[in-house]
Amino acid sequence: MPVLAVWPSDKPGDSAALERLCHWSERWCPFVAIDGGDGLLLDITGAAHLFGGEARLAVEMRVRFRRMGLTARIAIAPTVGAAWALARYASTSPFGLSLSKSCPSGASTPKERARLRQAQSQRSEASTPNTICPPEALAATLGPLPVSALRLDDDTVLLLGRLGLKTIAALAEIPALGLARRFARADGPWADPPLRLAQAFGRTEEPVNPAIRAPVPRVVRRVVEPVLHVPILEPLVVEMAEALCRQLAERHAGARHLGFQAFRVDGDVQALEARTSQAMRDPRHMVRLFAERFETLDAGFGFDAFALTALWHEPLDPAQTGLIEAEHDATSLARLIDRLSVRLGAGNVCVPLFLESHLPERALQWRPALAHEAGGEAPAPLTPERPIRLFDRPEPIGVTYATPEGEPRRFQWRRKLHRIVKVEGPERIAPEWWRERSTTRLRDYYRVEDEDGARFWIYRNGLIDDGRGGAPDWYLHGLFA
Amino acid sequence: MSTHHALLSAEIEEDSPENRASATEAFAAATALQPRLVEVFAESRDAAGCGFAMAQLGARLRSGTMLWVQDRVALRDHGRPYPHWCRARPKAEGPGILHIVARDAGQALWAMEEGLRCAELSAVIGEVAGNPRALDFTATRRLAVAAERFGVPALLLRLGSQADLSGARMRWRARSRPSLVPRWNVAAPGMPIWSLELFRARGARPGQWDAAYDRAADRLDLVSPLRDPALGEGERRRG
Repeated sequence: MPVLAVWPSDKPGDSAALERLCHWSERWCPFVAIDGGDGLLLDITGAAHLFGGEARLAVEMRVRFRRMGLTARIAIAPTVGAAWALARYASTSPFGLSLSKSCPSGASTPKERARLRQAQSQRSEASTPNTICPPEALAATLGPLPVSALRLDDDTVLLLGRLGLKTIAALAEIPALGLARRFARADGPWADPPLRLAQAFGRTEEPVNPAIRAPVPRVVRRVVEPVLHVPILEPLVVEMAEALCRQLAERHAGARHLGFQAFRVDGDVQALEARTSQAMRDPRHMVRLFAERFETLDAGFGFDAFALTALWHEPLDPAQTGLIEAEHDATSLARLIDRLSVRLGAGNVCVPLFLESHLPERALQWRPALAHEAGGEAPAPLTPERPIRLFDRPEPIGVTYATPEGEPRRFQWRRKLHRIVKVEGPERIAPEWWRERSTTRLRDYYRVEDEDGARFWIYRNGLIDDGRGGAPDWYLHGLFA
Repeated sequence: MSTHHALLSAEIEEDSPENRASATEAFAAATALQPRLVEVFAESRDAAGCGFAMAQLGARLRSGTMLWVQDRVALRDHGRPYPHWCRARPKAEGPGILHIVARDAGQALWAMEEGLRCAELSAVIGEVAGNPRALDFTATRRLAVAAERFGVPALLLRLGSQADLSGARMRWRARSRPSLVPRWNVAAPGMPIWSLELFRARGARPGQWDAAYDRAADRLDLVSPLRDPALGEGERRRG
């Protein structure tokens, strides 16, 4: 019985697997890049001899991939374009294609590149040979291949087909000037045959962008005797911070997020983290960020190893500190923000952000200073004067008024009665219906002054007959100077 | 000491032209922003203290970034400052205000002291409610010394507190007074007037003044304590 076998496709899984394979392939050479969804690109310049030459390297690759259950189509060629074409379109000819000596002299580049193809096709092992193309055989090897081997998109291949250009050799015979004129307005390299041709024959540079995982700057120190009392470690931590800063300086980077780990004898790890508002590599500042929190570490039976890691770093060029040494104890604003955020929590160290809104609590928002740039989109809207103090949560008050929609006369706030002497208002602020629930009521704000001269900002939430609840409540929202 | 101060303020309140001139001078000297610790006592339901602190900062409000520290009680009782001067501020000039919520008075004082070490700040303002134990003479003395050493003005706003021992250089008491009558809407609150009492000072004469604050111009003007508020004297001054 024929059965339809169905497997769901897992594109993210595939690309993750390919990325793992990419890093795994760094065993052969340092420059490995992911190429599309099904290929790897290895720059084996200067690496092949370590495995006994290109042919042996290709065999070694094949064997390794077969052990993992993968069928690879491998091609080694002087250019990225040629390797790509041969890995995908090389016919089933055996090792070492018939070489012609008619290779143009400009075609050879010193770089040799290998291309791997992780083949999901059903081709048998025998039908996927290794293809090695020496520089002098480039034109002869590529010539018979179809134009789609030049890494062109379907539309361009169709167009070339209509022009009668089926093979790379046919395309290469066209005078370059005419071809360039025809594709002058090509939309990207995938629609640009002259460029692809030049890349395949090595007439233009095409670098490999390797997916190198740079090691994270990290300093690890072990101590002979387990340490039970962490604060005495400060000299060691200072030394670690200095080593970390040297590592960061080497790569012209500064830390934004630091992690301190203390490894316990009994297999537990205690960790501290600190974020900074700008990239920095100052050992003293690093130590200060952690020093006060060492007491919070639970030493248990003692720590025997420590690690300081720059979990996130950003470029930071060396800067001259100034001709005159700044006063030793003074600190900069960015460091102040770091220090306060570490000690008090990032949510308690805020900068204002103004948004374009008439609702006071929305117009002014407080955002963590670490994460956010202050300012805001808002050019000052034409609002009347705002109080100098705003309560996070408007406080309910009891108000006596002459008529339900009239001005307030007296109000009771925090168990004290305020008799209103002066009043201005109302300033009506309607709810933002595109953001809020339909039951949100409008607010009528009044500026009022009591007999002592204290000034308040109070509002009535809703109208008596707006159909959104019962009698409107009154709230005190802010204080005027 | 206090009787002597009372005597001085009594002299100033005598309403003669020369006394007025000297009162204006003394007031200007007392409210000048200097790197020192200034304490302002106010009730938490009255924003006069906060307003007076902002008025003392004057033009520096807009020019630099200040640190504003509150403990949780102050935040609950007195709300948050509304930094109107940060609106439409160019990003290159910094955030304008850095607002800190501290768990308690001790943490607030620590944050203030940290802020005073940062010479980039234009001022450090702290708000502490009541008379917490952490806020003693030593703590205020530390703040005063740090402010003078690093050249950053410090203002400590005490909400609903008793004036206990303190190392502050200037100690004020601020209270709202009925405001000036605006020119157009006479029923509305006008420019605020505060009754300001300088009850301890170093390098200035203690005294008592009534001052009107013009927020648009960042200006504090003395008003006569004997004026009749119904006359709207301050409006003539403004016009």
